[in-house]
Amino acid sequence: MQQEKTKFVGQPLERVEDAALLSGHGRFVDDLAVRADTLAAAIVRSPHAHAEIRGIDVAAALALPGVAAVLTGEDIRKLSDPFLVVIKQPMEQWSLAVDRVRYVGEPVALVLAADRYRAEDAADLVEVSYQPLPPAVDPKLAARDDAPLLFEQMGTNVASARKFSYGDPDKAFAEADKVLTLEVEYPRNSLTPIECFAVVAEYHPGEGVFDVMSNFQGPFTTQPVMARALRVAGTGLRLRAPPNSGGSFGVKQSVFPYIVLMAIAARQTGRPVKWIEDRLEHLTAGNSAPNRVTTISAAVKADGKVTALRLDHLDDYGAFLRSPMPGPIYRMHGASTGAYDIRHLAIDVRVVMTNKMPAGLVRGFGGPQLYYALERLMHRIAVELQLDPLAVIRRNLIAAESFPYRAAAGALLDSGDYATAIATAVESGGLAELKRRRERARAEGRLYGIGHAAIVEPGMSNLGYLSTILTAEERDKAGPKNGAVSMATVNVDPLGAVSVNADTVPQGQGHATVLSQIVADELGLRPSDITTALDLDTHKDPWSIAAGSYSCRFTPGTAVAAKIAAGKIRDKLARIAAPMLNVPAGAVEFGGGKIFAADNPDNALKFSRVAGVTHWAPATMPDGMEQGMRETGVWSPPQIDATNAQDQTNSSLTYGFVFDFCGVEIDPDTGQTRIDRYVTMHDSGKLLNPLIADGQILGAFVQGLGAALYEEFIYDEDGNFLSGTFSDYLVPSACEAVEPLILHMETPSPFTPLGAKGLAEGNCMSTPVCVANAVCDALAIEHITLPLSPAKVAALIHGEEPPPPAAAAIDEAARSPVGAKLGSGPGSGPGTGLSGTGETLIPAPPETVWRTLLDPDALAAVIPGCDRLELTGENEYRATVSLGVGPVRGRFVATVKLSELEPPRAATLSGGLDGPLGSAVGSGRVHLEPAPEGTKVGYTYEVAIGGKVAAVGGRMLEGAARILVKQFFERLAAQIGGAPTAAAAPRWQWWRRLLAWLGGAS
Amino acid sequence: MKPMAFDYLRAETLEAALEALRQGGEDARLLAGGQSLIAMLNLRLARPAILIDISRIKTLAYIREAGGMIEVGAATTQAELLRWPGLSEKVPLLALALPHVGHYQTRNKGTVCGSIAHADPSSELPLSLALLRGEVVLRSTGGQRIVSAEDFQTGLLSTARRADEIITAVRFPCGQPGEGHAFCEMARRHGDLAIVAVAVKATRESVVIGIGGVADRPRVRELPVQADSGFDDALNALAWDLDAMDDIHATARYRRQLVRRLGRRMIEEALSWRN
Repeated sequence: MQQEKTKFVGQPLERVEDAALLSGHGRFVDDLAVRADTLAAAIVRSPHAHAEIRGIDVAAALALPGVAAVLTGEDIRKLSDPFLVVIKQPMEQWSLAVDRVRYVGEPVALVLAADRYRAEDAADLVEVSYQPLPPAVDPKLAARDDAPLLFEQMGTNVASARKFSYGDPDKAFAEADKVLTLEVEYPRNSLTPIECFAVVAEYHPGEGVFDVMSNFQGPFTTQPVMARALRVAGTGLRLRAPPNSGGSFGVKQSVFPYIVLMAIAARQTGRPVKWIEDRLEHLTAGNSAPNRVTTISAAVKADGKVTALRLDHLDDYGAFLRSPMPGPIYRMHGASTGAYDIRHLAIDVRVVMTNKMPAGLVRGFGGPQLYYALERLMHRIAVELQLDPLAVIRRNLIAAESFPYRAAAGALLDSGDYATAIATAVESGGLAELKRRRERARAEGRLYGIGHAAIVEPGMSNLGYLSTILTAEERDKAGPKNGAVSMATVNVDPLGAVSVNADTVPQGQGHATVLSQIVADELGLRPSDITTALDLDTHKDPWSIAAGSYSCRFTPGTAVAAKIAAGKIRDKLARIAAPMLNVPAGAVEFGGGKIFAADNPDNALKFSRVAGVTHWAPATMPDGMEQGMRETGVWSPPQIDATNAQDQTNSSLTYGFVFDFCGVEIDPDTGQTRIDRYVTMHDSGKLLNPLIADGQILGAFVQGLGAALYEEFIYDEDGNFLSGTFSDYLVPSACEAVEPLILHMETPSPFTPLGAKGLAEGNCMSTPVCVANAVCDALAIEHITLPLSPAKVAALIHGEEPPPPAAAAIDEAARSPVGAKLGSGPGSGPGTGLSGTGETLIPAPPETVWRTLLDPDALAAVIPGCDRLELTGENEYRATVSLGVGPVRGRFVATVKLSELEPPRAATLSGGLDGPLGSAVGSGRVHLEPAPEGTKVGYTYEVAIGGKVAAVGGRMLEGAARILVKQFFERLAAQIGGAPTAAAAPRWQWWRRLLAWLGGAS
Repeated sequence: MKPMAFDYLRAETLEAALEALRQGGEDARLLAGGQSLIAMLNLRLARPAILIDISRIKTLAYIREAGGMIEVGAATTQAELLRWPGLSEKVPLLALALPHVGHYQTRNKGTVCGSIAHADPSSELPLSLALLRGEVVLRSTGGQRIVSAEDFQTGLLSTARRADEIITAVRFPCGQPGEGHAFCEMARRHGDLAIVAVAVKATRESVVIGIGGVADRPRVRELPVQADSGFDDALNALAWDLDAMDDIHATARYRRQLVRRLGRRMIEEALSWRN
């Protein structure tokens, strides 16, 4: 009888997960049954980037039928502790804002009601009184001494600053043939799972346990952070994962403050609380990668050899440093020199806080930011030295014989042959043909460019790397932190069926498939014989703080633990089977569902029969063998050790190599970038499942394209958030995705028993810069900032704009003030800050116009949607107004103040609007001057619009303001008794300013 | 993202819908395909007291030719018009423009008249209607009136429709022999609202060009057929005249540039298609 010894690891097996997912049988949090008395939660969020909370009135919300409770920051302060932060700084963060809001979308109050509809109705009725504060938005400005402070007790917005030096960078720079410097900015972006955050929290008073079902993805270093905030022991917070999670890409780590919030609410109300985040919440406040400003310098020899690097990073984490931030800056620290053999290195790291959504985990985790600087600089070196960019890359690569290679800042690069990988990619990917294509295109006057990127991709984080933020002395005091423990359990049941559970929380990666391949190989079974149960439960499953699905830890970590666990089972079964087969245990083989003698496969037993012994006849187990067929494998590799006294840190266990090149063509009319060809070469060690590997690479590649061309969270200079829908935050769809050529090379990692490395993040790191290098090549420009929007690219190629025809030019001054400071250059982000100057004509004498402005009843009649102005002080009014355009309509509380009065010549108007749809603040100075036809009204104004309307209606804000301006002007003219003169029509800028602030209602 | 409470009426007849609309007044909204309205409801940007669903009114589900025009009823979806066999022959511009309207899935629900009623300045259908100088048929309990496309859209999301009126149909004039048509748009991604959309109808004597996405409504200009530089100057004047605005996707300057460059491309294309 032939016993087959098929190996499933390494085979391109289809995923066992997909049948359920594709046929609608996935079980996500929102699909799972909850108790009948479960409350729905809705969150009241800040429309301001930075403001003091003066008061919160919840009476109207509580009075609504079906509303069970409303929690505010005051409650949270009493019921919980602030979240632990990596560094000791006075930066308290709670699950609801306490005293102050620091970003648009920050949770301010929690409404709990019978259903989500009622909860949102009530959330609209929570009245929060804010005192806006000046915001710190731009990281460079925020880092300055004169910046508005997010945390006054900290005395600065720079939460951490460290300087590092490795080798002798000063000497290398002094001896360089050339020094090249580039300042690069990496934008705010994220990756957007189909399923947003989801939490169902319950409190069991009998046991004193918070029991939470959520799509939290780990790392479980966050579990103690949550438990401490809830003031319970670790076991007092039971975290459970659903069978399926709809994507995460790191992002769902940031659900943790909401887990704490819902847990508190469940205990307070005595009922389960369910919160399903919606897309507006997610885009506004869910998660973002940190944006970064890096000044990078290279000391270069004439042949392109880089002898030293200086990196000055300013990493922007937004409003709070959520655990495990600032991970992205230190995760790549040890590998700051990338794929290159550069021995001298200086790194400055500053972590800056700004009034933007807090940063968190995003696939790539520091890699996109680092490589955007490093690989853009390598491209610049080639251009400056008139060398081929690929020649510069090759000149600096780490040699194949140097592995394992200790990089200057401490990364221990496990294995690779970068030069061969590049040579293979150049050959198989057709770089020569691409160059010919570029030549032909350029001969025809077309804009065509080629870009390259070479990177190393870390896998499985060392949980000690973040200690690099501390000095060596501080580290000594704090105690050792290093390594990463992985765990998996294999269980064999009485009928011989095998199941696996593990410390991973998959969100679509195919972990069940790979685990079944590994365990099947160990036990001589088929993958379909293995049942996986990866809905992790911290009360029942094996886990440690490294658990979760992040930093590509599954392949180098959990997969190895599963192999170890299955190996333990195999060893036991071999010992049990040996006397039954009459051979020594060492001569027992597994295969084809049988356990057999190696030299005589016909001498075989069914796997299930041997496995059954441990259940049905434990007394017959060999002497000294531990009972039971349930084994946990624990894996903790020694290479990921603690940061040393010289600040060298090996942040990860494995380091794959990725080399990309691409050809792009730019439409000279529209500035649109088309990817003509993209080639990506990966050496990720042994591939456990090539089909899943390609799926991971393709996913990361499309996300990299998104970062390159489309995705950005946009804030204006006042911190208003402008990209709250998928029409504003653009994610590439199947129509935009191009198919890359994926190439593989397999240099096994010597540090993991499977030889496999993490591979799912590489293209998030390499693709943005590869595309940017190609665009810079096409346009022969020094640098460009992502994303490469057509408008930005077009501004670089279109040159001088044709002037308006002579007649139109006269009106131009009057036409453009609104938005005059918006989008003035290719790099400037447009915003909602409308400002300008102008004048208009009203057919009545100045005294009449003045009286109308100062008469509350007359002014009320002029303001669209205003019934009555309530006098709140001298020349200060408050009113509830209903404003809208077309079908869009909302109610706002408006405040108007007239000051600096010079009757009847000048006045300053200032005020604001607040409502569920958003907020606006503004002020303007008005001058009235008699004219033959009536009154000439001159004005300057500034207004900023924030909150929901800015987030979802950015495309129409200005147009909506114009409509309200028109309404206002017509009413004013009617009030005063004249008709608007035609000549005045295009010049209603002052009224526009007043109404722009009323114009939050787009 | 849950709407405020509202009443829902599924009208079986036009008369029932008109009566409900008369009673509902400003607080009522008409629902056809819901591709814009439902999103606004869920974001609570719109808070109507009653939704009157006209999508099942059988007498409004039609496409017919009458008086040299193709008339499309209010319950007809964009997909139905796109796959109507006579479309590319009768109204070639629509055959070019409709594939740019949203996505396959949204066209299956979204109606032609609903897009006209919504009056988004970046939408393809209002632009097409304006370029072809079509008509909008409005009904109330008081009777029917016909409004030209030019007079119908008055600004951003704003039209001449009165609160008690239903757009029962829109009429697109049929193409004539000797005409050439062209349509293109620049959007960040396929199916996004246009940053700039350009539609052109060329005849022996003139070129009619329509621009969407720049001004607060589609704007149409008729130019004499002329030498190249003449078009360039006219397009430059048009670009400046539209009072372009900045938003997060594009600057005003970029929009003007697209008017010049895409305008030029489309004029050339439309001229070349004249037969």
